[in-house]
Amino acid sequence: LPNGQYGKGVGRIEKVLIANRGEIACRVMRTAKKMGVRSVAVYSDADRHSMHVAMADEAYHIGPPPSQQSYLSMEKVLEVAKKSGSHAVHPGYGFLSENTEFAEACKQEGIIFIGPPSSAIRDMGIKSTSKHIMSAAGVPIIGGYHGEDQSNERLQAEAAQIGYPVMIKAVRGGGGKGMRIARSDSEFLEQLESARREGRKSFNDDVMLVEKFVEDPRHVEVQVFGDMHGNAVYLFERDCSVQRRHQKIIEEAPGPGISPEVRRKLGEAAVRAAKAVNYVGAGTVEFIMDAQHNFYFMEMNTRLQVEHPVSEMITGTDLVEWQLRVAAGERLPLLQDDIILRGHSFEARIYAEDPNNDFLPGAGPLLHLSTPPPDQHTRIETGVRDGDEVSAHYDPMIAKLVVWGEDRSAALKKLRYCLRQYNIVGLNTNIDFLLSLSGHPEFEAGNVTTSFIPQHYADLFPTPKSPSGEAICQAALGLVLQERKRTQEFIQISTDPFSPFGSSSGWRNNIQFNRNMTLQLGDKKVDVVVIYNKDGSYTMTIAEEVYHVNGEVEMEGGVSFLHCSVNGVKSRPKLVILDNTVHLFSTEGSSQVSVPVPKYLAGVSGSGAQGGAVAPMTGTIEKVLVKAGDKVAVGDPLMVMIAMKMEHMIRAPKAGVIKKVFFSEGSQANRHAPLVELEEEAEEREGSSQ
Amino acid sequence: WLLRCRSLPLACTRSYHADKVARLGSQPDKQSSEYQENYDRMQVLVDELKSRTEKIRLGGGEKARRLHTSRGKLLPRERIDRLLDPGTPFLEFSQFAAYELYGKEEVPAGGILTGIGRVSGVECVIVANDATVKGGTYYPVTVKKHLRAQEIAQQNHLPCIYLVDSGGANLPRQADVFPDRDHFGRIFFNQARLSSEGIAQIAVVMGSCTAGGAYVPAMADESIIVRKQGTIFLGGPPLVKAATGEEVSAEDLGGADLHCKKSGVTDHYALDDNHALHLARKAVRSLNYRKNIEVTTEPTEAPLYPADELYGIVGDNLKRNFDIREVIARIVDGSKFDEFKAFYGDTLVTGFSRIFGYPVGIIGNNGVLFSESAKKGTHFIELCCQRNIPLIFLQNITGFMVGREYEAGGIAKDGAKMVTAVACANVPKITVIIGGSYGAGNYGMCGRAYSPRFLYMWPNSRISVMGGEQAATVLATITKDQRAREGKEFTAEQEAAMKKPIVQRFEEEGSPYYSSARLWDDGIIDPADTRMVLGLSLSAALNAPTKKTRFGVFRM
Repeated sequence: LPNGQYGKGVGRIEKVLIANRGEIACRVMRTAKKMGVRSVAVYSDADRHSMHVAMADEAYHIGPPPSQQSYLSMEKVLEVAKKSGSHAVHPGYGFLSENTEFAEACKQEGIIFIGPPSSAIRDMGIKSTSKHIMSAAGVPIIGGYHGEDQSNERLQAEAAQIGYPVMIKAVRGGGGKGMRIARSDSEFLEQLESARREGRKSFNDDVMLVEKFVEDPRHVEVQVFGDMHGNAVYLFERDCSVQRRHQKIIEEAPGPGISPEVRRKLGEAAVRAAKAVNYVGAGTVEFIMDAQHNFYFMEMNTRLQVEHPVSEMITGTDLVEWQLRVAAGERLPLLQDDIILRGHSFEARIYAEDPNNDFLPGAGPLLHLSTPPPDQHTRIETGVRDGDEVSAHYDPMIAKLVVWGEDRSAALKKLRYCLRQYNIVGLNTNIDFLLSLSGHPEFEAGNVTTSFIPQHYADLFPTPKSPSGEAICQAALGLVLQERKRTQEFIQISTDPFSPFGSSSGWRNNIQFNRNMTLQLGDKKVDVVVIYNKDGSYTMTIAEEVYHVNGEVEMEGGVSFLHCSVNGVKSRPKLVILDNTVHLFSTEGSSQVSVPVPKYLAGVSGSGAQGGAVAPMTGTIEKVLVKAGDKVAVGDPLMVMIAMKMEHMIRAPKAGVIKKVFFSEGSQANRHAPLVELEEEAEEREGSSQ
Repeated sequence: WLLRCRSLPLACTRSYHADKVARLGSQPDKQSSEYQENYDRMQVLVDELKSRTEKIRLGGGEKARRLHTSRGKLLPRERIDRLLDPGTPFLEFSQFAAYELYGKEEVPAGGILTGIGRVSGVECVIVANDATVKGGTYYPVTVKKHLRAQEIAQQNHLPCIYLVDSGGANLPRQADVFPDRDHFGRIFFNQARLSSEGIAQIAVVMGSCTAGGAYVPAMADESIIVRKQGTIFLGGPPLVKAATGEEVSAEDLGGADLHCKKSGVTDHYALDDNHALHLARKAVRSLNYRKNIEVTTEPTEAPLYPADELYGIVGDNLKRNFDIREVIARIVDGSKFDEFKAFYGDTLVTGFSRIFGYPVGIIGNNGVLFSESAKKGTHFIELCCQRNIPLIFLQNITGFMVGREYEAGGIAKDGAKMVTAVACANVPKITVIIGGSYGAGNYGMCGRAYSPRFLYMWPNSRISVMGGEQAATVLATITKDQRAREGKEFTAEQEAAMKKPIVQRFEEEGSPYYSSARLWDDGIIDPADTRMVLGLSLSAALNAPTKKTRFGVFRM
């Protein structure tokens, strides 16, 4: 690399403010550290203890959790930039990254905005404008109407001319919002109105465009980079076709099945696009690609994208380093001919969400988090650590798992191997879903389109298997060994550390100790009889099936592994025991087995809220619909909660009388927090007779 | 330098290489017919012990168990399992109490389970009625077993937890249960005295506590009752109706709601058995009890030889000799034994060892006791008392040597020395009868009358005033002499006919089951479990502070 150029440009960047949070803030800081650039973090109240704050050389508080009052507040971010003496601001993605006003404000303050010129952001931010520019630059665009006449009649007429199906899109839209498909003339108006409504709500703008809808298209995008010296290069394409809720979930580079010729055409088109707007810095040109590998310009993202690591992996580059250098006025470190594509890379996005519930985003504590060991070919891009919380205020992405392999199948194998070692307890994640997705034969064959998930829905959501007898034995062993550990811990601090009463042998005089354990598997209860054998092994009986079990818990890198043998078959699943639940993670998959909470303990901890309604996730109480004394029937609405930008109706789990309402409107409720105290009528009667 | 040396941990200063030489035991010849015969015959006895215990474990039979569990109650053994720290050992006593004692009436385990286990880290005596056995009513042996458990608690300073589920005294046997000093009333006497000594008394009412039984929770320091299951009253509904005509349900008369809310007889209200046991565990945590052991401990080390070799070494033929050191080698830590006076009075083996890290002085028989052996034993007991080292007696003794020479040598006097030493020794004493226990040998080797903290028997052992063969011969000789004086004949056939029932009776009454049924011991154990049983017993015994020993007059 032409290191000698560093510092000879227009600006000097020795301190950079990262106007972002989470994994991208950490990602930028890592490179900054590597380059000897000091990093400055900003944080909201919710992020006081976050990883990006801990990683930064300096960190400044910028306000309350809602992003509008913190990460989106230009004034506050700029103030910190000035106060800290930062030479540059890296906006990451999202938040202020594509905000022209902010880019300009930075410029006015003499602070380098690490991104393209504000004109480029503006031009590319409006879809109709961007298409005009691209069309003029000879970049293929898809047929459509981007006109000013927004009358229903005109739009419908244009749709008929383009030919159904058509896509109706908000001009200022993004992230899937304000987008509708009309498959026929008859449903056009209805879809148009719906898209307008959403556009107004989301962007305060209901100007629509209509364009040809490509059936089952692929989403292919090209990473481009420009400098202030008129150079622009492409770093090949990424395929991001597989999406849910119109959001990417798994990305790869290069695009599968794309010939070198198409690749070159894609790249050159993307560079033309970048040059057309005098692009500087990292950008992405998105294309829609049909089955014949014809591609059409969609939009240009004027920022570093979430999935940029896959491009880095196949080109051996560090795009954040490039960003910092280019922003400082340096030339691009590599020109097109020096950029060599090597191997294949995947990125899987690990989200706090519930795939079984329409990917409903979640939030909450990461009670246990362990990852595959990172290495040269395995990157864990994350902004959270074991014990941290996924905040309800921000994006629910937990991490990006990025792997590289010599070819696509090697990389995919590696991806799945690593996903199995990515283990999280405390909230729902999409890890199992990612596993079934990346293991699907069609995915393996590279037959990816944006409709992949709906097309293969049944395969991707197999009916959950209840844990096998072997897994139950492992869980029971885990519990028994945990007890043994606790007993040992106790005797170590006692005055009598060698007493055989402190052994966990289950020794009994002349009889075998048969221990009856009841375990909970989902909503099923299973009885396990555990016999403590003299040699320290256990004989377990589950529904007349007999298992011979032994093992030990071994710690490796702060994580417990259960080295065990069940009927002679040895395995070493990762063992996590939290509260009453045993989580086992092995290369065969994960299983969960619980010890039912005894009635008397449930009674104590519930403290009256037992049987009341609880918050499904952390969020804000928007509306309270009941008050103390109200009689409710099963399913009656109690509260409206806003969490992860979505409304959740909290309903009565049973009939009864509201005794207490624990939250008022506008207050924040944590996941599983009791919201109301609900007394059953029947219980009332029993109670009064005493 | 001295100061620095002192600050070193004890174990560190002990680990000189010279310690390694005092290993005991040798590899047995497992191919020898004697070993194999011994092994097989002991195995038969152990199998019999286990199969009999397995039957006793089931308590009052399938029907009674089903009825019991159908009421949402846990079986007594399960109650104990859930009361104990999970997966920890339970040292159960007298499983054969009442075994074949009441004719056709079977009273498995005497209808009551007793033992020691850790609850919230504290070693406790647990007494649990088995309501599946005759409604948990007290037979004479039930009372004896309950009292013995309290005695164990008193001697070893162990908190008591009573899991009460009993119909009270067994009415048809009231005369053998109610009035005497060591009858039913003694249970409450003991509760009061134990409590006065600071030994916690916790009662968990999991079934009925009628009449006298009502005093178990009422006399306890702290009591727990299970709703709609536990009841406490001096007179039950039938008695109340008979006495006053009042009609009242058991629950209203003495249920949990009444006793927790109105009468205050019980302190804690449990929703079910599991809850009650959880509350009992919490009660023990609140005892603020700390075990202060007054002996040094060392990390434990398994013996060098497998325990089951004891089968092949000892066998069931009491006439066969074996070296007691081979037994010791399979019981003590690392098979290490520092023998005392090895070449003097060698029919008694004495020496120091450790079992589960606790120091012990071991006294084992290697033949009949002579004057020298008795004097050596006395000396050794004095040493252990002086040093506060618990004593283990491994009994396999036909008695003291008889004959003119020995009487003239003063064997009675020397035997008395040993008996005095054994009787007065206040260090914990634990006796295991591993073979014969005959005559005064039983006394000198700390038989039941000498109040060892615990006394266990191996299934091959025999206990009686003398061997059946000898007794029959003694009696035959007396008869023969008598007949001779009367000028009558005493044929060999007559002699044989006379001896046979005597031998048979001694055989029956000398059986460990006969002993255990009557609580002459604390249980029959598998020889292979001896080390564990001793370790647990020692651990329990060391809860009590040791009183200084003051010996009586040694006749010189």
